[in-house]
Amino acid sequence: MTETMLDKRMTVDDIVDQLSDGMTIGIGGWATRRKPMALIRAIARSGLKDLTVMAGYGGPDVGILAASGKIRKLVFAFASLDHFPLEPHFRNGRQSGAFEVLELDEGLYHWGLRAGAMKLPFLPTRVGIGTDIIKQSGFDFKFVKSPYGDGEELVAMPALVPDVALIHAHRSDERGNLLTLSKDALFDELLVRAAGKSFATVEKIVSTADLDMKANSRYNLVERAMITGVAETPLGAHPTSADPDYQLDLKHIKTYVDSAASPDAWADYKAKYIDVSEADYQAAIGGADAVAALPVPIY
Amino acid sequence: MTDTPYSLAELVIVACAQAWRDNGEVMATGIGPLPRIGAGLAKLTFAPAIQTTDGEVYYTSEPVGPGKRTAEPEFEGIANYDRVFSALWSGKRHALVGPVQLDRYGQANISAIGDHKKPKIAMLGARGFPGNSISHPNSFFFPNHNKRSFIEGEVDFVCMAGYNPARYVNGQPPKGLDLRIIVTNLCVMDFGGPDHQIRVVSLHPGVTFEEVQDNTGFPLAKIADEIPTTPAPTTEQLAIIAQIDPNNVRATVFKDNPAGDRKAA
Repeated sequence: MTETMLDKRMTVDDIVDQLSDGMTIGIGGWATRRKPMALIRAIARSGLKDLTVMAGYGGPDVGILAASGKIRKLVFAFASLDHFPLEPHFRNGRQSGAFEVLELDEGLYHWGLRAGAMKLPFLPTRVGIGTDIIKQSGFDFKFVKSPYGDGEELVAMPALVPDVALIHAHRSDERGNLLTLSKDALFDELLVRAAGKSFATVEKIVSTADLDMKANSRYNLVERAMITGVAETPLGAHPTSADPDYQLDLKHIKTYVDSAASPDAWADYKAKYIDVSEADYQAAIGGADAVAALPVPIY
Repeated sequence: MTDTPYSLAELVIVACAQAWRDNGEVMATGIGPLPRIGAGLAKLTFAPAIQTTDGEVYYTSEPVGPGKRTAEPEFEGIANYDRVFSALWSGKRHALVGPVQLDRYGQANISAIGDHKKPKIAMLGARGFPGNSISHPNSFFFPNHNKRSFIEGEVDFVCMAGYNPARYVNGQPPKGLDLRIIVTNLCVMDFGGPDHQIRVVSLHPGVTFEEVQDNTGFPLAKIADEIPTTPAPTTEQLAIIAQIDPNNVRATVFKDNPAGDRKAA
């Protein structure tokens, strides 16, 4: 029997080395909140191809992977930059038919993750009834009849089971005990539970004592047994937010939006912000001080 | 009624607020500035029990308007992502949303125009529309009432379920399906016609039924031969709207911020 290693520290590149062509990769976060962007940039500059990307609550993660030609199939409910409602690289990819899609409702995606997390083949729901979600060609949605007296006909939402989940959190120790300090934990816990393996980038790796779990345990995302590796990646969510450590960078998101205007604009963006080391990326965005000074957005 | 001049945006806000009348203690979600201010107006006048949020993650005691805030609101509870689904699946929500297309059945689209595999125009994606539509009441706001919004035939990708019998086992829509009102720049409509046919319940001042019908891709019913005029905001309502929206975001929604009564314009 192999003794489980409790030092799970690794680098972003170590995590990307764990991925392979054709894999199904689930991405946590929500639109412009806590997306594992350093990992997304690393995947974009890697040789990986033909990925099935599961990003129910998509943002620039979807756009960058779409613009980099990494996506074979996208499972999503939306892709948006929130303050800029339409994700331009996602749009370009969709409109050129660059990848296959399975479009879900946000709640249906949540339900599929929950089924995956519970190791069930599906969970019943009414969501999707009456819509084109359940009529998409290339995906054969099934139905189940309630075995009880009501006999209601329900959608059987299949489990969503990514090979790998990638998330971004605020703190961890070297064992993979994670804290998400944001006001909203989103559905990262379910994504991790559903996935075969999960990797987290975190703003800071600290000692277990410094996690102060007695005070913070309600922000403990999931059991460490669910986490294969953690990579200390300060500003790893930029340009999305890792509130309260830092806010989304609307100015950078505008630069990113503008990069979808033409292939040349994208090539410029890619050269400056993606095909560079994370240290050079941080320098290009003005460094940690500039990110720390970003204003709290108004919703 | 009032002699105080009012804008089309303010007329729309008052009309949107009506969506939350007699809803009880539900989560009120208004997407976009005018529906959001409308929910606030409802809360501060006839629907004090509704719960509105800060637009992010907390319920607030008082409605929070769009744009910069002068003070932090008082928080009442949590409306994080998980809890929003718990609330909406229970039916304790009424959302007023702004789709891109709506058809005669109330089926709405925010996903894509054209072929879903390779759309002419890719938009957001279905978001939560499918689940919302069969779980709790929904209303709509359209800033541009025309045939590209109110289309002939079915919407290109049905995100929000509607009253189309062909889409249901035995032709019966699910119990939770409850489409309420549609507020546009021309009129207010609902689904109260025969077989849920969309009907015009009030015309904004200076607008005719013919103008509305000419800008709609399917036949409309009328609430009465003489269609009422959408009620003008009262002086009190205008003051409350100004209080909820001190940044005057409402003035930016319609080009040149037109008057609410186009005869007066």
